[in-house]
Amino acid sequence: MMDGSRRSFLKIGGLSVLGLSGVRVWNVFAATQEAGHEAAAEAAGALQWAMVIDMKKCWDYQEKQPCTDCMTACHGIHNVPEIADPKREIKWLWTDLYQHAFPTEGHEYPPAEAKGKPFLLLCNHCSNPPCVRVCPTQATFKRPEDGVVMMDFHRCIGCRYCMAGCPYGSRSFNWQDPRPFIKELNMQFPTRTKGVVEKCNFCAERLAKNLYPACVEVCKAKALTFGNLGDPTSPVRELLKQHYTIRRKNELGTGPNVYYIV
Amino acid sequence: MLEKALEGSKSYWRLLVTLLVLAGIGFGCYLLQLNQGLRITGMSRDVSWGFYIAQFTFLVGVAASAVMVVLPYYLHHVKVFGKITILGEFLAVASVTMCLLFIVVDLGKPMRLLNVLLYPTPNSVLFWDMVVLNGYLFLNIVIGWTVLGAERKGVAAPAWVKPLIYLSIPWAVSIHTVTAFLYAGLPGRHFWLTAILAPRFLASAFAAGPSLLILLAYFVRKRSKFDPGDEAFEKLSQVVAYAMCVNVFFVLLELFTSFYSGIPSHMEGFIYQFSGLEGHGKLMPFMWLSAILSVIAVLMLLSKKKRSQEKTLKIACVLVFIALWLEKGLGLVITGFIPNPFNTVTEYWPTFPELGITIGVYATGFLVLTVLYKVAIAVKEENL
Repeated sequence: MMDGSRRSFLKIGGLSVLGLSGVRVWNVFAATQEAGHEAAAEAAGALQWAMVIDMKKCWDYQEKQPCTDCMTACHGIHNVPEIADPKREIKWLWTDLYQHAFPTEGHEYPPAEAKGKPFLLLCNHCSNPPCVRVCPTQATFKRPEDGVVMMDFHRCIGCRYCMAGCPYGSRSFNWQDPRPFIKELNMQFPTRTKGVVEKCNFCAERLAKNLYPACVEVCKAKALTFGNLGDPTSPVRELLKQHYTIRRKNELGTGPNVYYIV
Repeated sequence: MLEKALEGSKSYWRLLVTLLVLAGIGFGCYLLQLNQGLRITGMSRDVSWGFYIAQFTFLVGVAASAVMVVLPYYLHHVKVFGKITILGEFLAVASVTMCLLFIVVDLGKPMRLLNVLLYPTPNSVLFWDMVVLNGYLFLNIVIGWTVLGAERKGVAAPAWVKPLIYLSIPWAVSIHTVTAFLYAGLPGRHFWLTAILAPRFLASAFAAGPSLLILLAYFVRKRSKFDPGDEAFEKLSQVVAYAMCVNVFFVLLELFTSFYSGIPSHMEGFIYQFSGLEGHGKLMPFMWLSAILSVIAVLMLLSKKKRSQEKTLKIACVLVFIALWLEKGLGLVITGFIPNPFNTVTEYWPTFPELGITIGVYATGFLVLTVLYKVAIAVKEENL
């Protein structure tokens, strides 16, 4: 399931956490491990999970048969409630039209291929996330070890400042108790209560077990690629090298870590 | 001193009971919201702040009433304001109380409110807003109460209160600036993303706050033996006139930059407000009303004759207050969410329970105001 380079990076990341957080550990091994420590520190600073989405693969696959596997898997394992009212709905992974996903990019005459086609949207796990900047309790935070923008559902006070801050509409608020709207409960993941904000977590609970995010794993079209942006040999970096890619609202300086091949 | 609030005329008690009933209705609606969640409001995924946060924003402005009398009195020795500084300070106390209540009723998890103190986060403007609002509340209560207490005993105010008074002046500027920064620093919310938002907040605050103060002072003069003096009204009306002109000027600057540059994201907010966007235009009548009232108010205030007559000054102040309430207490916050991040329009309209809670908070604020004013006026009447 895991490619070699990713596993090795996880290991190095783990090592560097030891090295950086425990001075005493460092002193004991100082002489022999100096070189390794430096390499590990450098690698840890660079670990940033990212995703490259090739919508063409998805559309090609969907010409044969309609597919919502990624969204179903994501919302299923994360106990995302199914609320029909668009004003109150909760979305972690969803689709929208090109002109809505990239409102500043489009023009009147898009290529026939992209016109009316859905684009897959999720939290961008920005390098410079405004939601994290504005949160008054650090209930949303960027994990230093791998760049995932996380939510602490138990600390969130429900002020919704992060929703005003996010320029991607990636955050949803529980306007009501979500539990009655969960079809099938996954006991491995917490449900939320009314009054807190939630969003995609890049499957942090799966990353912890060295597993890919669920959407990536279940995609039959292989349209989603996940990897470490800091590793020049990672599959995401390979794709970025080979294709022209765009990010949503690049001009805002948020540094989205979800790329779209066009 | 508080015992002075326990004796009053029938109409005083009638007012208190009315406000208590309204606050009670609001509290009932709030219990419903606590039970059901914020779905009982008109807010949505796209317009995630509504009436509550808009009222909070507007009332931060009303709290400026204090500084517009304190600053001339203490820094420029404008003696005519000496009698009414207490009215300005107590109005500020009531306004900030309402601000804080509006923030609390907007929270999805109000029981976790103290997380803001438990995990202080200097990079969040909301954290700083909490600091400056509570600080301003504290300053005005302490200053107002101490100075009034000294006045009652016929002695000079203690020396330690002076530094607090001077501190309260820049502090008043800080509450508007920081509140504007809540909005003006968000990428992708182009209606708010403008450096002139803080100056606009200050200008509209210095118009709305003193105009309400003028109306309240007239009411006090009519219903009690305490007279703030004609000169105080005249000076305050000048403050309102200047501030309102500056506010209108700032709005015009905003319109110029948006429409001369022609950048869609900068224009869309105003287009939504004044002519509707993608077929949505719920705010249109209110925004036009605000614009028209602003122009009439400015014309009235510019005329010295109209400004110096009680009747026309009162009308002008009412117009200023309504115009700015529509601009800030209705238009500014909601429009910031339109269009949404997907460049489509989801409109917002408050629900009845939401309005009930809003009225409840206002009633609570005016209850605080009534009691404080009652104490202040009783002391003033005693010393006549």
